[in-house]
Amino acid sequence: MIRFRDVSKWYGSFQVLDACNLEVNKGEVVVVCGPSGSGKSTLIKCANGLEPFQKGELTVDGISVGARGTNLPKLRARVGMVFQHFELFPHMSIRDNLALAQVKVLGRGRDEAVAKGLKLLDRVGLAAQAGKFPGQLSGGQQQRVAIARALAMDPICMLFDEPTSALDPEMINEVLEVMVELAREGMTMMCVTHEMGFAQKVAHRVVFMDQGRIVEDAPKAEFFGTPRSERAQLFLSKILHHV
Amino acid sequence: MYDFDWSSIPGALPILASGALITLKITATAIVVGILWGTLLAVARMSGRSWLAWPAAAYVNLFRSVPLVMVILWFYLIVPQLLRRGLDIPASYDIRMASGLVAFALFESAYYSEIIRAGIQSVSKGQVSAALALGMTGGQAMRLVVLPQAFRNMVPLLLTQAIILFQDTSLVYVIGLADFFGSAYKVGDRDGRLVELLLFAGFLYFLACFGASVLVRRLQRRVAA
Ligand SMILES: Nc1ncnc2c1ncn2[C@@H]1O[C@H](COP(=O)(O)OP(=O)(O)OP(=O)(O)O)[C@@H](O)[C@H]1O
Ligand SMILES: [Mg+2]
Repeated sequence: MIRFRDVSKWYGSFQVLDACNLEVNKGEVVVVCGPSGSGKSTLIKCANGLEPFQKGELTVDGISVGARGTNLPKLRARVGMVFQHFELFPHMSIRDNLALAQVKVLGRGRDEAVAKGLKLLDRVGLAAQAGKFPGQLSGGQQQRVAIARALAMDPICMLFDEPTSALDPEMINEVLEVMVELAREGMTMMCVTHEMGFAQKVAHRVVFMDQGRIVEDAPKAEFFGTPRSERAQLFLSKILHHV
Repeated sequence: MYDFDWSSIPGALPILASGALITLKITATAIVVGILWGTLLAVARMSGRSWLAWPAAAYVNLFRSVPLVMVILWFYLIVPQLLRRGLDIPASYDIRMASGLVAFALFESAYYSEIIRAGIQSVSKGQVSAALALGMTGGQAMRLVVLPQAFRNMVPLLLTQAIILFQDTSLVYVIGLADFFGSAYKVGDRDGRLVELLLFAGFLYFLACFGASVLVRRLQRRVAA
């Protein structure tokens, strides 16, 4: 579904991504972790063309993301993305947040879009909040709305960039529960997160990044059992003890 | 001690009212055109395309670097000549109002575009990313997500600029256009009661502008809350 082939990216002379290879197959959940500044956000933003890259090849559902002729808006409409800071549109009600792109991008009728939005809102347990504005919801609720907003586009896969790291601890679980359910339904997911509990529950593979390189890419059991690289071991011991 | 004599004011009211109408017309036109044209200029400057950004920046910097009163005169002296040549307008047509409107609209656009640019920059980059990630084009993201938020943040500044503009319209006296200030001056001069009429006009300007700025401040508190 998502395939990185030797993807490299530079900011000026600083190399953020160094020949990254990664594959997320259909129905797979891949968790990406690594220290701050290692390039995780950059990597995931390349996947839907929010960040351009200079070298290598990257395809989503067989479509080349970096090629000149690619219709990026059209591709992005099929790839859901959830951000660290939710990024709901604060000037619109929750209902309109869910309907906007369905109407403007997919060309759905407004009634159909609203109905679909409400259905997904119900699914993340927030049906009662449709008329409110984002600022009136808690962080955890906003992030659940953001997930519903992405799902309303009927995405073929979902990208998550640290969806719980801006949340108060007591709200992390309500978001993770939605993500776990999504994973169990077979959604293809690429998740940047340090929630190793989530990884242990639903990830198929765990990828460890350091200084722009993918240092380790292993099936979950292997990764948590005996990570091969010293960096990954050190990192794991730090965040596991921290939790 | 100067002897005030306010007796010529009641009779002057109709003339003052028609002057006020001209003031309001210029102000309203400059606000509407200024916001529309200013938005285009701001978006062009931030487009990242140098062939768009550079002329827009030049325009804004030019108009912000010359006195308004000179711009008004330029448009009065130069533009009508060009228009007459191009459009075959009869020489009798009073070009003052038209050239005043154009001068103010184009001048204010430069100021509005800077306010709007700051407003656009006040919307976080994450909002644009979210809009793009949902499949919107850059134009849709700007129109549906960035500008509505930018304008909401900008309302107090836009109104403050409108108040300044309202006062600045008095400068059209240099081209002999009788706006509110110009009519007051004319009547006062005619009746030999300049001091009284200018005091009266100044008082009304003060009421309008002070009242408006109190409203803006109240609005500001509402937006901040
Ligand atoms: N626009 C930019 N210009 C220059 N350098 C940048 C830019 N954006 C990111 N970087 C650098 O690229 C590196 C990778 O950034 P990235 O945000 O991908 O890291 P990350 O792994 O997501 O970190 P975090 O866990 O803090 O989110 C960092 O060193 C960062 O300073
Ligand atoms: Mg990051």
